[in-house]
Amino acid sequence: MQRRLGDRLLAAALTASIATVAHSEAGGDPERGAALFNECAACHQVGQGAADGIGPQLNGIFDRGAAHSQGFRYSEGLLRAANNGLVWDYESLDAYLENPRALVSRTRMSFDGFEDPQDRDDVVAYLRLFSASPSDIPEAAPTATAVDHSVAPEILAIVGDPAYGEYLSGECTSCHQASGDSNGIPSITYWPSDDFVTAMHAYKDGVRKHPVMEMMAGRLSNEEIAALAAYFKDIE
Amino acid sequence: MTFNRRTFLGTAVAGAAALSAPMVMGAGHGRPKVVVVGGGAGGATVARYLAKDSAGEIDVTLLEPSRHYYTCFFSNLYLGGFRSMDSLGHSYGGLAAEYGINVVHDWAIGVDRDAKTVTTAGGHTLPYDRLILSPGIDFVDGAVPGWDVSAQNVMPHAYKGGSQAELLRAQIESMPQGGTYAMVAPPNPYRCPPGPYERVSMVAHLLRDINPTAKILIADPKENFSKQGLFEEGWEAHYPGMITRIGPDFGGDVIEVDPAAMTLTIDGMVNNVDVCNVIPAMKAGRIAEIAGITENNWAPVNAIDLSSKMDPNIHVLGDAAAQGDMPKSGYSANSQAKVCANAVRGALTGSTVFPARFANTCWSLIDTDDGVKVGATYEATDEKIASVESFISQNDESAEVRAATYRESLGWYDGITADMFG
Repeated sequence: MQRRLGDRLLAAALTASIATVAHSEAGGDPERGAALFNECAACHQVGQGAADGIGPQLNGIFDRGAAHSQGFRYSEGLLRAANNGLVWDYESLDAYLENPRALVSRTRMSFDGFEDPQDRDDVVAYLRLFSASPSDIPEAAPTATAVDHSVAPEILAIVGDPAYGEYLSGECTSCHQASGDSNGIPSITYWPSDDFVTAMHAYKDGVRKHPVMEMMAGRLSNEEIAALAAYFKDIE
Repeated sequence: MTFNRRTFLGTAVAGAAALSAPMVMGAGHGRPKVVVVGGGAGGATVARYLAKDSAGEIDVTLLEPSRHYYTCFFSNLYLGGFRSMDSLGHSYGGLAAEYGINVVHDWAIGVDRDAKTVTTAGGHTLPYDRLILSPGIDFVDGAVPGWDVSAQNVMPHAYKGGSQAELLRAQIESMPQGGTYAMVAPPNPYRCPPGPYERVSMVAHLLRDINPTAKILIADPKENFSKQGLFEEGWEAHYPGMITRIGPDFGGDVIEVDPAAMTLTIDGMVNNVDVCNVIPAMKAGRIAEIAGITENNWAPVNAIDLSSKMDPNIHVLGDAAAQGDMPKSGYSANSQAKVCANAVRGALTGSTVFPARFANTCWSLIDTDDGVKVGATYEATDEKIASVESFISQNDESAEVRAATYRESLGWYDGITADMFG
């Protein structure tokens, strides 16, 4: 995922202000939560300039109901829950982070859950920093992930054929589940095309290491990678 | 005349006479028909892809005798105590209910290639425009002197998934302390090249816990085997002194068993054993032979669409096929099934046929969190399915990599069974 320089500067500025961190009313530590948020950061962004990625950006989730990020394609399960009045507060988020599928059936959030209640407290405390804050929550630094590979713009610009991608996906779905479930093998559904293409090229160029993926990506042409990206982005 | 599935299969009709005349359904009468024999990694996958991708344009029948499929792959992990038998079971209900596949629990016992029909043990006749055989393997009669199917409850093969694995595990658990588990390993080519050696690892893992002085004896007609360096290193590290392998240079290919006496004779030397896991030489599942499309025990196929070299309307997937460089594995069968589905759908409905591409990865578990893998990608040539590029786990990998490799295999299992059963 691309992180802008501005985010990094913001992060640096905010880190300086964490000196005295108050705990949330539930006893969570937002600084520890920020570190735990690394597990979420592959899909979710928070903070200034946060955008939807594989998962929706998580600013303001406590201010409005669930499924509030405009333009993000939430699962039917979550939309239904939101229509039925699901709001994110300490309790609902604690339950969701413990076992997403138990709270929202068929959620697209492929995450096994934080087993330790303290972990959940801490992540929730961290997330609270990005909603209109009640008095006891100070600000904290948003997380930032490094970019491990860059791909030429003309390659990123290739428009893939989803039908060809569907045929090619047969090679992927022996391991990566079309449902988006992940269990030892990551989910590859709903990735924004740029991220998908970048990851595949990182394997193809041997920058990102994994023998199976390097082999698979190694024999895919730029067009074929684009086709796969197009197919998996909007998979039903 | 309106044919629907119920009338032509006649499941409610007592009189088989109405069905014994060749059916006239087929090309020109409604949807093109594909009959798939065998509901394993090859058959279930090809049936699902044909039904799903043709959106109902192709009439797909899946003939599989088991009502509930227990994967042979990962059955070694059950032996080692890493998986329950239930977790390896999969229902055909989804294929029937969600994809509109006609799942028929019956055996194919005959193929009439001129009339293009399959006859079943239940007395039914299924017409086809294309026939896809994915029958797995059968054992070569007399391959292991002293052993035949009537002995398989005494000396199990446990090489076809299901109840034999449970039998073998029960036998191992009942071994006397310090007893011997013996394995007669098969000659090439056979299903799942690393399988017998993963099994040895898993049995060793179990014995280390419940019977640490027990021994494992392998009689092997082959000099080398898949991932040999990795297995031997692992056995030395995890199960030192427990495993003895006798290769052909020491008579491992001159074998005789006596199920009544529970002996395994290797090159004239009689060994008393407590468990004897006989894995005989293999051949294509018998229906391929009955259909007349085998040569030297296996079915030769054209790489681009897995069609039989002896009959363009019959395709063969997975273990039963002579598939060139690809090993006989569930992953390979699933990979070939998708190429076959694409080609057959194109031939029957005019949809786009894309160039064949194949891949395989075989994961093996040596001990807790110590998994290894080998794999390759393949392409179709005129001669065979040819290897393009391959990889294999390395001896000096870190524990983290081996643990991650094991976890990947779990993901693969979920992925492939979802790919097969929906």
